[in-house]
Amino acid sequence: MDRSIQRLGVFLMLLFCALFAQLNYIQVFRADELNNRNGNSRPIDQAFSRPRGDVSTADGVVLARSVKSNDRFEYQREFPEDELYASMTGYFNYSFGATGLERAYNTELSGRTAGQQVKSVGDLFVDKDRTGNLKLTVRSDVQQAARDALGEQRGTVVALNPQTGGVLAMWSYPSFDPNPMSSHDSDVASAAKKLYEATPGNPLLAKSYREIYPPGSTFKVVTAATGVEAGAVTPSDPVYPTVTSLDLPQTDRNLPNFGGSSCGGTLFQILAKSCNSSFGQMGLDLGGPTMVQGAEAFGFNDVPPLDLPAVASRFPTGPFEEVLPTLAQSAIGQNDVASTPLQMALVAAGIANDGVILEPHVVDEIRDGEGDLVERLDPTEWTRATNPQTADVLRQAMREVVATGSATRLQIPGVDVGAKTGTAQFGPAAPLRSHAWVIAWAGPPGQKPTVAVAVLVEGQEGASEQTGGRVAAPIAKAVIEAALRPMPPPPADPAGGTTGSSTSTTPAGGG
Amino acid sequence: MTAVGHARRASAGPTVVGRARRRAELGLIVLAVAITAGAYTLASLGQTASVPADIGPFLALIAALLFGAHVAVRRLAPEADGLILPLVAVLNGIGYVFIVRLDPDLARLQATWTAVGIVAFVATLAFVRRSRDLERYRYTFLLGGLALLALPLIPGIGVTIRGARIWVAAGPVSFQPGEFAKIAFALFFASYLVEKRELLSMATWPRIRPVLPDLKHLGPVLIAWGVAIVVMTAQKDLGSSLLFFALFLSMLWVATGRLAYPLGGAILFGAAAYGAWTQFGHVQNRITQWLNPWDDSGGQLVQTWYALAWGGVAGTGIGLGRPDRVPVVESDFIFAAIGEELGLLGGTAILICYLLLVGAGLRVAIQSEHAFDKLLAAGLTALLGMQSFVILAGVTRLLPLTGVVLPFVSYGGSALVANYVLVALVIRVSDGNSRRLGSAPVPAGAAR
Repeated sequence: MDRSIQRLGVFLMLLFCALFAQLNYIQVFRADELNNRNGNSRPIDQAFSRPRGDVSTADGVVLARSVKSNDRFEYQREFPEDELYASMTGYFNYSFGATGLERAYNTELSGRTAGQQVKSVGDLFVDKDRTGNLKLTVRSDVQQAARDALGEQRGTVVALNPQTGGVLAMWSYPSFDPNPMSSHDSDVASAAKKLYEATPGNPLLAKSYREIYPPGSTFKVVTAATGVEAGAVTPSDPVYPTVTSLDLPQTDRNLPNFGGSSCGGTLFQILAKSCNSSFGQMGLDLGGPTMVQGAEAFGFNDVPPLDLPAVASRFPTGPFEEVLPTLAQSAIGQNDVASTPLQMALVAAGIANDGVILEPHVVDEIRDGEGDLVERLDPTEWTRATNPQTADVLRQAMREVVATGSATRLQIPGVDVGAKTGTAQFGPAAPLRSHAWVIAWAGPPGQKPTVAVAVLVEGQEGASEQTGGRVAAPIAKAVIEAALRPMPPPPADPAGGTTGSSTSTTPAGGG
Repeated sequence: MTAVGHARRASAGPTVVGRARRRAELGLIVLAVAITAGAYTLASLGQTASVPADIGPFLALIAALLFGAHVAVRRLAPEADGLILPLVAVLNGIGYVFIVRLDPDLARLQATWTAVGIVAFVATLAFVRRSRDLERYRYTFLLGGLALLALPLIPGIGVTIRGARIWVAAGPVSFQPGEFAKIAFALFFASYLVEKRELLSMATWPRIRPVLPDLKHLGPVLIAWGVAIVVMTAQKDLGSSLLFFALFLSMLWVATGRLAYPLGGAILFGAAAYGAWTQFGHVQNRITQWLNPWDDSGGQLVQTWYALAWGGVAGTGIGLGRPDRVPVVESDFIFAAIGEELGLLGGTAILICYLLLVGAGLRVAIQSEHAFDKLLAAGLTALLGMQSFVILAGVTRLLPLTGVVLPFVSYGGSALVANYVLVALVIRVSDGNSRRLGSAPVPAGAAR
């Protein structure tokens, strides 16, 4: 009998070993996956009962912070700059979830990444402030300049540093106020959501990186770069015939120049005048595969690795043999070509940075509540759009656009500026309406440009080639001038104003 | 019945081993009280950020209950194993803290039941002065066990709760007689198998190639099992049915040393379970939930996994988790709360407590000289160990869920009292062993 009793003991021990293994499987190996699973409300409840880190600009302006609240949750997310940074910060709502940085950096803000949780074994057992504070690459002065310059026109401004990929400003009008959207009072939040959803211009949509528009003539920079890169186009050859329209193959339609004007000539001339017939011809000469390859080298048909949920811009992938007219239209940024304002800023950045487009990002670094660095987003190459020689030719061509072409309003004394304007027709033929575009780069003469900009002003009357230069270029100029000024010092801490703030209020036992 | 034994014991006094065991027991009980009081304070700090106002009375109460049990063991079973009572104390204490933390109203009831349990523990030790005295009441236990099982089926007093008709309501108090039936059956099997184990370990049937013992020896056992299965099926209580069966097989295995019994029995149970699966909607639901837990994202299994994962290695701390999201967490699913708030470390500590308890019980069985004591201790220990495993495996989705309580930890009065009686019987067997090993053998039949 004793043998059986011993075996019974071994059997029971094996059963408990199986339980121990199962506990490890759930509580260690699958814990992260389970905690982040949809429908698991624990992380959400915790998020609302604990402080989250601050979000602030490169120059120290606080964009989002947690303050103590005396309602059904312990902490209220607060956005002191109201609607100015809403397209980046997003909102933080119990029912609707979170958007923008509040969503993309949720684990870091709440301090739940492995690196924040456990720096040493001892950290397992002490309660300290592990929330992550996000410092953005965005500058408050550039962001403010973008808003002031765009005013109450529907549109978008994106400015970034071509040498780092760091976003300097990202503004769309209309925007929304994340404070009511983040209210713990679900009536307030629902009313705000309803209001914004009914507002024309879809303020809740981050149009700079989540909406695509026909890029119009700004896309000619991509076409030109593809031509130069392929060796088919040089500054002196070919000389495109001066015509009023391009006779499209396979059809009796043709591709007219703006206002029926006649234009043609070398690369610099046709880019300065934004000559549709010449660029349509260039697209046809290069052929579908080369054009697709060129556009995709700039990042089209791919989601930019922005640290916010960006969408891909679009260049049709053909086949074009049967529909050559669409290839000619695509070469001038019409037809099915569609781009986010961010993507067009990246086109300018690629030309500015010797053909290399860096991964765009709005977060510069993350530090925990103790001030220790958690993560820094280093400049990383995303895509190689052209080789340096091609980029140099394109910079020359874009300077010409500012000097003599459609973007003379972008001339800034003592600053090296290159640009390309665009007017993208959309909707029905009458009344004629179009988006005004400009993409540009700028910097001190003799140095690599330090800022790249894309400006889109939606829904302008008419479709004149001047629209982009007249409407969008002054906005770009204001933003470039702000970006080229030295960064302002961080704001002095308003005394007493930070009582509610947040992440420095450690839970009990901190330190 | 007690006069002779008591007088003799008092004159002989506890042996050296017995004194050492009681000292160890006292020290460990102090530790268990300290752990419980600490956890109680932490739970209050976690929930309201203040030391509980009633920490003094609370401490006094649990200390009084546990020291009372300890004194009873000192007087009534001075030679018994000193590990069992402290392990029970710490499990009961932790369980009570979690019930307080989950539902203070239930906690008041649970405190009452704990007191009743400890009284039952002392009473069992007081009335059963020699475990082998129980051997002769085998058919009383069989009939009593069957009667207890059948009780909830009687119209008027039987109550159906969550699909299982296993409750009896008498006025304001309701209890599960099945919990006590398990002990009665363990007693019956032990005494029956003592007599028949020789015959049962010999295969004589069929005559040409014997694989089974003579059916007439198996008869009463099979009848007991069959009736129990039928009653359980009628009550739709798969968990108790499984436990009952595990008890039956373990004891048959221990008695005969033939592995063929548990293996054959497992096949029989498999067939019965398959039958249950085809016949009963609630069994089908259990299996479906086990296989596809994510279909019901608010369900117990998913919520338990979320709770356990949220606890991680170190746990959230008592009072800082959200175990209220797990349905009926205070009863069958209390381990979800423990795993969330004490983490893998605390959950493992609970597992180890059960393993130590199982180890202590089986050691008592091995040290016993008499077959009845061996079988009884092994059977009761297996019952406790299997019950813990079955509910923990169900809660963690290792096996399909069957609704049984976690011994000493879950909320539930009948189970708590029954388990205290169970432990008292094991302690009684242990006391008898040491008495034999010691210098003062008990004369046969002296106690009566």
